[in-house]
Amino acid sequence: MEKVEKDHAALAEEFIKDEERVDWHDGALWWIRQKRDMAAKNIPEWEALREAASQIKNNVLSNLHDYLLEFEANVTKNGIKVHWAADAEEHNAIVYSILKEKGIEQMVKSKSMLTEECHLNEYLIERGIDVINSDLGEYIQQLDNEPPSHIVLPCIHKRKEEIGEIFHEHLGTEKGVSDPTTLTRFARRHLRNVFVTRRAALTGVNFAVAATGEYVVCTNEGNADMGAHLSEVQIASMGIEKIIPQKKHLGIFLRLLARSATGQPITIYSSHFKKPREGQEMHLILVDMGRSRQLGRPDFRDSLKCIRCGSCMNTCPVYRKSGGLSYHNTVAGPIGAILAPNLDMRKHADLPFASTLCGSCSNVCPVKINIHEQLYKWRQVIVQEGYAANTKVLGIKAMAWTLSSPTSYSTIGKAGRWVLNNIPFAVNNKFNPWYRQRDMPDSPKESFGEWYAKNEKK
Amino acid sequence: MTVGLFIPCYVNQFYPSAAIATLQLLQKLGVKVVYPPRQTCCGQPMANSGFEHLTQECNNLFLENFAEFDYIVAPSASCVLHVKDHLHSTEDPAKAERVRSKTYELVEFLTDVLKVDKLAARFPHKVGIHQSCHGLRGLHLAQMSELNAAPFSKPVRLLHMVDGLELVTLERPDECCGFGGTFCVAEEAVSVKMGKDRVSDHLRHGAEYITSVDLSCLMHMEGILQRNKSAVKAVHIAEILNATR
Repeated sequence: MEKVEKDHAALAEEFIKDEERVDWHDGALWWIRQKRDMAAKNIPEWEALREAASQIKNNVLSNLHDYLLEFEANVTKNGIKVHWAADAEEHNAIVYSILKEKGIEQMVKSKSMLTEECHLNEYLIERGIDVINSDLGEYIQQLDNEPPSHIVLPCIHKRKEEIGEIFHEHLGTEKGVSDPTTLTRFARRHLRNVFVTRRAALTGVNFAVAATGEYVVCTNEGNADMGAHLSEVQIASMGIEKIIPQKKHLGIFLRLLARSATGQPITIYSSHFKKPREGQEMHLILVDMGRSRQLGRPDFRDSLKCIRCGSCMNTCPVYRKSGGLSYHNTVAGPIGAILAPNLDMRKHADLPFASTLCGSCSNVCPVKINIHEQLYKWRQVIVQEGYAANTKVLGIKAMAWTLSSPTSYSTIGKAGRWVLNNIPFAVNNKFNPWYRQRDMPDSPKESFGEWYAKNEKK
Repeated sequence: MTVGLFIPCYVNQFYPSAAIATLQLLQKLGVKVVYPPRQTCCGQPMANSGFEHLTQECNNLFLENFAEFDYIVAPSASCVLHVKDHLHSTEDPAKAERVRSKTYELVEFLTDVLKVDKLAARFPHKVGIHQSCHGLRGLHLAQMSELNAAPFSKPVRLLHMVDGLELVTLERPDECCGFGGTFCVAEEAVSVKMGKDRVSDHLRHGAEYITSVDLSCLMHMEGILQRNKSAVKAVHIAEILNATR
């Protein structure tokens, strides 16, 4: 298992050094959270929709095996070639083999967090394949050689001036141009050329309908469609949990997805893909990547209900102040923090602790994942599995010992107050992370217990 | 009816005035209150840090101290939520369940059990209310903005009974302050930034006092206010509901 050099707290501290950026980042995401609130409150049956979506996903997760086989049969019947991948390596190898067989060296890719998880781009580039991300935000991140910091808004942590600089450096726009419309037009012209010249296109999958063998891809830019329609080889990569049983269930998820993500009634493009057009080849890769392991963990199973709307990130005050890259995982924020430990517990042992357990994520979630309760449960698992730092283990053990005995508790409490009153510098110093930017509480002469013994006890 | 007064560890040590106000307020309302002296902590600091397996002693102590009472009341939503969600006993699970079900946060007890509809309290100041997350989303003391559901607020209902008090309106009424137990030191940078932003919402809207059902949030915001030499004070809701000046 991999160990990361810097944990969430350290990466967050770096991000927070630029306070103006944090305020802007926080404000932008909060604005989206407010748009989501307005959209949700305009639908009287909103809470019923969430419940329905959650129950449909319950059914899917309980019968995943059957639905996957049904889906595979229907997809195959529609003329799409199905592949199964247990992990990133298998997934990437499948994509590469499809391209190699056709002698294709250039591919265009619309947004797919799964391929980010699999590090597909790096894999293909190493083998001489040129890949371009066609989602504008992802394209910017790719130019800047950075992973996305948000699953819906990949470069939300970047200011328009920075994006102007990146465009100037990589695409030759005029220096100092930072007007979003000008930059978008430039990127669009550039990407149009990509779309018409690439023979292969890869898309993600938002929803896969078991009963019909079709899949739905949602974008606001139409980039998935443009890539897919113009290509001669179309590949779709999906996590095995993306299944929904029937087409009629789509209405529920499509109403929830865009409202939760951005406050829009629906994504601009919700495109259905069912069978190849004449002369086209279609491939669908069903990827496990830890999902069946997570399905087998009763406490964490429901994390697989996630439809990747990002609303838990937008509402999370920790995410808003620390930035997505501080989570050092493809999926950041609260949902990422309950998915990541399943993939690599040591590497992501810090993430379930990067939360105040405020509970906003669970209540904003369109499929009602109990995210904050799972964060609490992951903490227990991570400690039990031995991934907590030794200093923390000792500290908590001392705390538990003190609090387990009324005598030691009152003695130490009294001693603590005495220290604060008489030798405050013993506590008020740079080694105390509380004191760095906050004053210690005033320390009263007597505790409530002492006061009560004198004044109330008859 | 006899109420066992549960005063969380840090409230006992650092905020006795809030505990005294809680006791006096309940007595004023005609409740017989007893403070069991051998109490320490609900175990939340360990449990939220991933060490729930080290909390059995705290659980046993809690059960020993409080099992006999008709109700258990505490001026801290966070500790009450922990008791309600996680207090357990390997020896006597039924006893733990009984205790869990009769443990109340102070405001919740005043509105839901005592059904208080008037208070002889006066607090002529502009007050900002900080909705503690554990009170708001854990105990559902008020309606959270995430849900499409009818608004209500138990603490606000009580504060409206206080003579002279003016509540200020905030831009983000139910945003977390960033305390989060050991989060406040383990993630110091984020915690402080959250606290600063929370406090500034209150300051921008002219609050003279920030109040809450949770002293832990208040301790965090008070630390930030004091470091910045602000004249704005943090005060527990019990002290306002018990104030007569």
